[in-house]
Amino acid sequence: METAQDTIQQSEAKAETSKTLFKGTGSQVLLNGLIEEGVTTIFGYPGGAIMPIYDALYDYADKLEHILVRHEQGGIHAAQGFARASGEVGVVFATSGPGATNLVTGLADAQIDSTPLVCITGQVFAHLLGTDAFQETDVINITTPVTKWNYQVTDAKEIQEVLAKAFYIAKSGRPGPVLIDITKNAQLQLEEFPEYVKCNHIRSYRPKPKVRIEYIEQAAELINSAKKPFVLFGQGVVLGKAEEEFKAFIEKAGIPAAWTIMGEGAIPTAHPLNVGMLGMHGNYGPNVLTNECDVLIAIGMRFDDRVTGRLDKYAKQAKVIHLDIDPAEIDKNVKAEVGVWGDCKETLPLLTNLVNENKHEDWLAKFRDYNQQEIDQVITPELYPSGDEMTMGEVLRNINEICGGDAIIVTDVGQHQMVACRYAKFNNTRSNITSGGLGTMGFGLPAAIGAKYGAPDKTVIAIIGDGGFQMTPQELGTIMQFGAAVKILILNNRFLGMVRQWQQLFHDKRYSFVNITSPDFVALAKSYYIEANKVDERANLRQALETMINHEGSYLLEVMVGRENNVFPMVPQGMSVSEIRLK
Amino acid sequence: MSTEDTLKHTIDQTDIDGKQEYTITVYAENRIGLLNRIAIIFSKRKINIESLNSSASEIEGIHRFNIVIHEGYEVVRKLARQIEKQIEVLKVYFNTNEEIIWQELALYKVSTDEIAEKVTVERLLRQYGASAVVIRKDYTVFAVTGHREETDALVKALEPYELIEFVRSARVAIIKDSAGFHEKLKEFEAFEPGEELVENEFLEKGGKIFTM
Repeated sequence: METAQDTIQQSEAKAETSKTLFKGTGSQVLLNGLIEEGVTTIFGYPGGAIMPIYDALYDYADKLEHILVRHEQGGIHAAQGFARASGEVGVVFATSGPGATNLVTGLADAQIDSTPLVCITGQVFAHLLGTDAFQETDVINITTPVTKWNYQVTDAKEIQEVLAKAFYIAKSGRPGPVLIDITKNAQLQLEEFPEYVKCNHIRSYRPKPKVRIEYIEQAAELINSAKKPFVLFGQGVVLGKAEEEFKAFIEKAGIPAAWTIMGEGAIPTAHPLNVGMLGMHGNYGPNVLTNECDVLIAIGMRFDDRVTGRLDKYAKQAKVIHLDIDPAEIDKNVKAEVGVWGDCKETLPLLTNLVNENKHEDWLAKFRDYNQQEIDQVITPELYPSGDEMTMGEVLRNINEICGGDAIIVTDVGQHQMVACRYAKFNNTRSNITSGGLGTMGFGLPAAIGAKYGAPDKTVIAIIGDGGFQMTPQELGTIMQFGAAVKILILNNRFLGMVRQWQQLFHDKRYSFVNITSPDFVALAKSYYIEANKVDERANLRQALETMINHEGSYLLEVMVGRENNVFPMVPQGMSVSEIRLK
Repeated sequence: MSTEDTLKHTIDQTDIDGKQEYTITVYAENRIGLLNRIAIIFSKRKINIESLNSSASEIEGIHRFNIVIHEGYEVVRKLARQIEKQIEVLKVYFNTNEEIIWQELALYKVSTDEIAEKVTVERLLRQYGASAVVIRKDYTVFAVTGHREETDALVKALEPYELIEFVRSARVAIIKDSAGFHEKLKEFEAFEPGEELVENEFLEKGGKIFTM
């Protein structure tokens, strides 16, 4: 077996600078490396096998802020929130065994939502590997399917190169989570280390291709001949930091653009070409017109089944152009007429150059017509309900009015998530933070904590259901101790609402185990010394929301909403996007 | 990247359900855990690996896997891209049986008495091109190199004569059209990929695209 030194590209700079020596432990050189990579914040939880790293961390308090979470799952979701809000790599520390296994949900979430993370786990001494030692688990094999890359370090001399490689892999190309498992002996090992050198090339890894102009020409030709072109965009635009390039493209070509929930906010909600949300609970027009457009331009999105509905009835009339940085995504679910493999930061400006200026007024008017139907039948009753019961939509409308679209909205998973994605206004990119691909309940609260560290100047509102909140409420302790000014908004319908909705619509109203009770959330928050309030009638809603948002520190507000409200429109599972139901 | 660049895939070998044997060739770094990373790409999709061989390649330090599966073209193409996406994988090719030269090695242990007594056995062995690896008083070990059908046929033929032990290796395969990996590796090692690596099946194979 060869070591990482063989597989890691030896950058030319390295040979020259390797004279500078640092004498210390593997733990120290790890922390130095994190500082070299620009890390300022670590979310973590100590334990036996990672104690040497924590011991070294004691002396780095001025350079590295460590947030002690209450559970490793909270730690990794916080790192995800940090990465999503800031565009930087999120860093997590956890110990071996249960510490590491508690990361698995967050790794899976970060893997499917392409979130850059570097997770450091402690591991038992190398000589104990395979002996079923105390808190030993086979972390590398457990995490292999849910990491972009992972590596076990058993010798401190590997740490610098592996760490540099980890950061490079996590954030380049299609980002993703990386895990480094470091045995305790390597953490303790005293060595002389060369200067830290960042990684910028691995021979077996090509994060992005050199773009070939032929694709662009073929794509431009299709777009220029299109009468009813339609753009679908996903998080790729955000991850590629190509928001401006994207806007320039759709504006020049005059193409209506709809988003996946991971792409939401890449252009402002109010942009005239932003025609709304795709998928199961997306907007009426974008879903129906997917099956009417003549050229479908997918940018940085992966045709998830929640977006496409029934695949064999999805956009069959359209010629598909697919721009993606990951070649494995092109032709995976939907066959592309032209697959443009590349970083959209590079491909979009090339494409913009070649497309004709256009307006597509009649085509856009179609979106407006469908939108008007949706406004009349769904949106207005949701945002301005006539009944006594409060709706999730009206809560979102009030937030929009108070924050004006400048807040970061972090959601959990379920009905409130779909309502928040549908109705929240966003002026800025990286403002909608949600668990998209994995649908991880319990994501919201810890991710919001991380988002606040990632974007400290922003108002961060965590919108969470009564079910999801009860999955990770322990992170209130993290807020209590470290003071992240997160606004926690619990939309309580006293049901596991999304599952209940499906049971109502597809299982004869057999409400099987969705009737969930809750503790006194206000008292719970107050027991953590967090200000809190509860609203159960409309008359108090606006004032209560303003108090929460204007409050200096963290705040929890519980809003009692209608018990059996459903999220519409809806593309029922197994149906085509054009069979979307308004009620 | 062009996973398909040596592939002139034919459909005459396919089953009714469009499946046929494909040999996937993976050039990769020699790293602990990589085999697992590749294997779970198959198991995640509930695809059985018929044969898997891990060996050195024409280049020192670069590992070569041969994986045989029985699947349709679309599935294999997607699998190949998922494998190539793994950080330590340099390149993946997949080929039908017409596009490769392949061999498997089989070992047969038979009773020496049986062979000595029964001439037909000896004839069988000659007929199948077997060679004796070990001859002892109690048993003899024969080796046969060839395709699956050939090694299988000898098993069938030896069954009446007390076949004590049988084992067959994984398939090893050479791609007929391949010029080897030397030139490609140079490009991989270069900071900027060369023109050769910019090749892309989305462009070249446009005419072969069909819908699911």
